[in-house]
Amino acid sequence: MTTYLALIYNTDQAWHDDVPAAPSEEYNEFARAAAAVLRGGNALHSTATATTVRVSGGKGGDILTTDGPYAETKEVLTGYYLLECADLEEAVKTAAMIPAAWNGGAIEVRPVVHFG
Amino acid sequence: MTATGDAVARLVREEYARVLATLIRVTGSVTLAEDAAQDAVVRALETWPRDGVPDNPRAWLLVTAKRRAIDHIRREGRRDELEAAAMDLVDPADEPPETVRDDLLRLVFTCCHPFLSLDAQVALALRTLGGLSTTEVARALLVPEATMAKRLTRAKQKIAQAGIPYRVPAAEELPDRLDGVATTVYLIFNEGYEGRRDLALEAIRLGRVLAGLMPDEPTVLGLLAVMLLQESRRSTRLAADGTPVLLADQDRSRWDGQAIKEGVELVGVALRRSADRPDRYAVQAAIAACHALSLTYEDTNWSAVVSWYDVLVTVHDTPVVRLNRAVAVGERDGPAAGLALVEGIVGLDGYPWWHASRAELLNRLGDKDSALAAYERALTLGLNEPTAQHLRRRIDDLG
Repeated sequence: MTTYLALIYNTDQAWHDDVPAAPSEEYNEFARAAAAVLRGGNALHSTATATTVRVSGGKGGDILTTDGPYAETKEVLTGYYLLECADLEEAVKTAAMIPAAWNGGAIEVRPVVHFG
Repeated sequence: MTATGDAVARLVREEYARVLATLIRVTGSVTLAEDAAQDAVVRALETWPRDGVPDNPRAWLLVTAKRRAIDHIRREGRRDELEAAAMDLVDPADEPPETVRDDLLRLVFTCCHPFLSLDAQVALALRTLGGLSTTEVARALLVPEATMAKRLTRAKQKIAQAGIPYRVPAAEELPDRLDGVATTVYLIFNEGYEGRRDLALEAIRLGRVLAGLMPDEPTVLGLLAVMLLQESRRSTRLAADGTPVLLADQDRSRWDGQAIKEGVELVGVALRRSADRPDRYAVQAAIAACHALSLTYEDTNWSAVVSWYDVLVTVHDTPVVRLNRAVAVGERDGPAAGLALVEGIVGLDGYPWWHASRAELLNRLGDKDSALAAYERALTLGLNEPTAQHLRRRIDDLG
């Protein structure tokens, strides 16, 4: 068996203060149909909530953050971690420990939607 | 609006940020707190001019806003914990002053959080700390209202959903974070420097709030000082036709003596408190104070000015700071010394004042052809019309 990541690309989801209580019926339908192979998944808040993290000067260097999503150039998505943190400050500090942050890449940090 | 109405509006605005700051802590939501605080303000503006101002205006606003927040929560059937938190709010009249102060500090550091873009920080600071309406913020920053409303909504969305913490930074983070706060406020001030007096005064008001909150922080005192000292020259900086008047030609009798006195006192305190590592704003204020305290341009103590620039370069080394230092050296040691330094600065070829400064110094050295060429180069770099007109006049003076 091989593990795959299915990345969902779509127009930006502008969740407002009232995040929907549950995924739409279409997505629930998918989750039921694919239950045997699904190992997890999350919806993300809009790109307006994104913070992009880079570290200059190698491991442990200065943490540089940009308000907004990662602007794609020649880099591609190479992986992901799910972080459970108290707040965005902790999440950014943790993201700055991921080697890509100083190896010419960047880490985009975005909150996951918790369907109430 | 009657005089009473004006006084009420001023009072309400002064209290708005404090009420909002406490409500955010209590409700855990910037948007909800803002709606509720706004409702309370509207209520106060309606009733206070008619019924009189209550004994404790802040407590009145807070109680009213708290009720509105609870109404909002009930109406929207939100989570119980939020409602409970809002209900639990202690009697605002009993809130110890330190709590109120801490709430306002939390608001300051959240609005000026480095995870928000500088544009968003400026807009949020004016909206929440300054108590301006979205329309007023849009007008102040020359941005369409719909764009500003969107920018503010996105910023609040990010605070809430991405989890930007509502707290005062720990001691070891404080210097960096204070620098960020000062940058935001100074940006507002500079937006208002050329003509936009409302924004400059708003920045000074924010500076006073910060100085009241953090009376021991040299960055905050230096920031307020540099703004006051620069603002003291406002009425003389522009001629009647809107063209700039050089420092040498300003009518110093019209400088604002009160602002200078306050600024100079603040510089003294700020410098004493940052003796080990001078604060950038305090040093900039010290330079402004050298000018403010000279009765005439000829009396300027250029040695002192250059010495302060030497200090500034050690904590805030930018090409523009080096240019200003070079111009001061030109005044102290003569145009040839100044020109040599100006020409040694790299990275300012696109900056009109680098060319204009070169032109001034070349002219003083009698090289009118090179001066003319430098002025003309400055004029190609997108100056606003009054400033361009000023430079064209300098060209005419070359003869």
